[in-house]
Amino acid sequence: MLNPDLVGRTMVGATSLQISEESIAIFASSLGDVDYVGTDAAPPTFGITITLSESQALLQGSGLDWTRVVHGDQRFEIFQPLYAGMNISCNCTIESARVVAGNEIVTVRSDLISEEQIVVSSWSTLVFRG
Amino acid sequence: MVHVGVSRMTTNSMGQEFVLGQELPAKVFIVNRESLIRYANASGDQNPIHQDEAFAKSVGLENVIAHGMFTMGLVGQYVSQIAGGNSQVREFSARFTKPVVVPAGTDVELKVHATVIEVDSDSVRLEITAMCQETKVLGMAKALIRVIHQ
Repeated sequence: MLNPDLVGRTMVGATSLQISEESIAIFASSLGDVDYVGTDAAPPTFGITITLSESQALLQGSGLDWTRVVHGDQRFEIFQPLYAGMNISCNCTIESARVVAGNEIVTVRSDLISEEQIVVSSWSTLVFRG
Repeated sequence: MVHVGVSRMTTNSMGQEFVLGQELPAKVFIVNRESLIRYANASGDQNPIHQDEAFAKSVGLENVIAHGMFTMGLVGQYVSQIAGGNSQVREFSARFTKPVVVPAGTDVELKVHATVIEVDSDSVRLEITAMCQETKVLGMAKALIRVIHQ
């Protein structure tokens, strides 16, 4: 069970990473887009490569069992598309946590930040099967 | 600029026309075990339920299932193409209602199509359907795309 005190807390990403052209190209190609060139925006779901590991760190640190997780739903708001060369940090907030039929349903909001602006907000609802 | 109240139609700089209620052409994507491994490596999501049949069955699944984000990523490709590029996609959401089951040695077809449900002067909202055989695998799948005029 997630400690209810953690709901609403934000984990501020300590480090920033630079998005590489190669990581976008590999991601795009895994989705069948082999025409990506370095000046293109990343695919709209690319942010998940950053937010999912950050969310995992936050939730595993909170005692949830990642081997029991299923992705329930996902939403992105893209204020500025992601491009190679951007330096990104990620802040994660547990927005809600509830138990339904023995499953713990947790919604994590992740904000990707570049030059002090939120460029992408991502909401992932994760279902930890009981 | 003439304001005509509720707009029903717009055209982007690529010549793609959007009309309220319009059904956009469907596209079929192939999902197989190899594509799941490629996506796992590209995304960093190495959860064994997407690669290892014995493990998937041990946790009560019918077989290996696709990453929800792989399905959503393929739908994202479809949306980006309609929008005239990745950079035009502004909102994108989906609920993973049914798993995409991927047996070994099988090419599973994911059929994606979209309907125009809102037309604004500079954006269009799409409702997307993603089907595996006769099963809808995403719920509430929507995207808001920016429309840049010529």
